[in-house]
Amino acid sequence: MSELVFFLIFAGIALVAALGVVLAPNPVHSALSLVTVLIAISALFIIQDAQLLAAVQVIVYAGAIVVLFLFVIMLLGVDRRESTEEPHRLQREIALFVGLVLVVGLVALLAQGWATGAPATRGVLTPVGSNNIKAVSESLFTTFLWPFELTAVLLVIAVIGGVVLARRSSLPAAEELDELEADAEADQ
Amino acid sequence: MILGTQLGPEPYLVFAAILFTIGAVGLLVRRNVLVMFMCVELMLNAVNVTFVAFSRALNDISGQAIVFFVLVVAAAEVAVGLAIIVAIFRRRRHGATADDIDLMQG
Repeated sequence: MSELVFFLIFAGIALVAALGVVLAPNPVHSALSLVTVLIAISALFIIQDAQLLAAVQVIVYAGAIVVLFLFVIMLLGVDRRESTEEPHRLQREIALFVGLVLVVGLVALLAQGWATGAPATRGVLTPVGSNNIKAVSESLFTTFLWPFELTAVLLVIAVIGGVVLARRSSLPAAEELDELEADAEADQ
Repeated sequence: MILGTQLGPEPYLVFAAILFTIGAVGLLVRRNVLVMFMCVELMLNAVNVTFVAFSRALNDISGQAIVFFVLVVAAAEVAVGLAIIVAIFRRRRHGATADDIDLMQG
């Protein structure tokens, strides 16, 4: 079997599901289509010899991010059809036009020999006696060590930001504390 | 290398361009904030496909390492973005689409 067959199968699945993300009126259906896109893309990673990224794609994206999406959809109770009316005049037409310009421009750039460049002299894809995971981790912990440490800071900032944004204001918490103290006193 | 005949990067790049465009158009067309976020994820994934395709074409592992950083940024963005959405929905129960959040509109 040639790579082309697999590419056509999974690229087709990914594109159809991507249209599903955009067109589904129900946000839950959009999220499920997104999972399909992500898994199809992880299959594309596998046929390009990026096994580690394929695994990470399934674990982080399909396993964590989409579950978070579904969790928020259910928490907010927006799991129903929404109206597909467009309040702004010409918004859809202009959006489709922008999309057309974007895709034609990108493909035209590609046809102009955009996809060229010098092959790497260091950090070869699969060194002799090594494998994909070893090669990626060596690159991460040598060439990209400093950015890698910075991502840890970024994640901490994101966690703190999420906690600060999603908690209720401090006032009810203080009230709850007072109630707890009152209950404790009443028990004594 | 697990498959016999190999492809060049071009089919993957065309695929990524189409996927990116679907995400961009969805971001412009949809009104639901959650679905708009999913469209941003589509665009990020299209870029990841491009990175991996170039990584193989140029025989350079750095492309795959950079996809990790894109993943981290996507995860951080989703965590903060969904927290903002939850905060908005808590304030206004009904009709929290992108059009209803217009406090800063002149």
